[in-house]
Amino acid sequence: MGFPDRIERTVDIDAPPSQVWAALTTAEGLAAWFGQRATIDLRPGGAGRLSWDSGHSAELRVERVEEPSVFGFTWPIFGLPDSDPRRTYVEFTLEPAGTGTRLRVTETGFAQLPQDAHGKAYGGNTEGWARELGELVGYLNASGQ
Amino acid sequence: MPADSEAVAEQVFVALADPSRRAILAALAAGGPATATDLAGRLPITRQAIAKHLARLAGAGLVTAEPGERRRVRYRLHAAPMQVAQQFLAALARDWEGPLGALRNHLGTSPVGAARRQERQG
Repeated sequence: MGFPDRIERTVDIDAPPSQVWAALTTAEGLAAWFGQRATIDLRPGGAGRLSWDSGHSAELRVERVEEPSVFGFTWPIFGLPDSDPRRTYVEFTLEPAGTGTRLRVTETGFAQLPQDAHGKAYGGNTEGWARELGELVGYLNASGQ
Repeated sequence: MPADSEAVAEQVFVALADPSRRAILAALAAGGPATATDLAGRLPITRQAIAKHLARLAGAGLVTAEPGERRRVRYRLHAAPMQVAQQFLAALARDWEGPLGALRNHLGTSPVGAARRQERQG
């Protein structure tokens, strides 16, 4: 089928990299164009959150902070349950272009292997229940004697 | 792209391309596990056709068969393949143009951006 693992878009913005950087990496900046509300702890490993009036929200995990040229984070794959461990990686790169900025966004990981994740999430859970039910049966049998 | 996950997604899309199978999967998603007879009572599809579709869906791993009451086979929706298909759809559904356009408008109409445009025009 050839579905993409990687999505890439480039846009030229009529503002210098420092301003674009602030729009991408501050709560105030993100809330002005991306989410309707935003929080962010701007350091690798830091958490962020975007939310919209529709009730949808996305939890970000900051991965790369190289001011003012690279900002990267992971977030959940849209449409998958919150419990699903798979996430895509989003990276913004900023380059000066004349008096403005060339901003590139790449998002990768749409085609990552799901098998292991599913083995853990589903198989693990099923085995856990089977074991616990087995222990319950053993306990009831023993106490019935 | 892992070939096996493509194969899983393809089976989901092939299953969803047929209106009867779509109705069966939708009924299992909405109401939980059911036998072919249960489904025949709820859908405008003959029991024989439902049994045939369920066998194909089970073969593709989209439903799992389990023993039900009175030795009837009960079918349960198997969500994992749907989630594999959904990750492919997520790539197609991802909209970056909208947010990037909003970002460009936001910064382009800010005082600094507007002033710079005026400088260039002047």
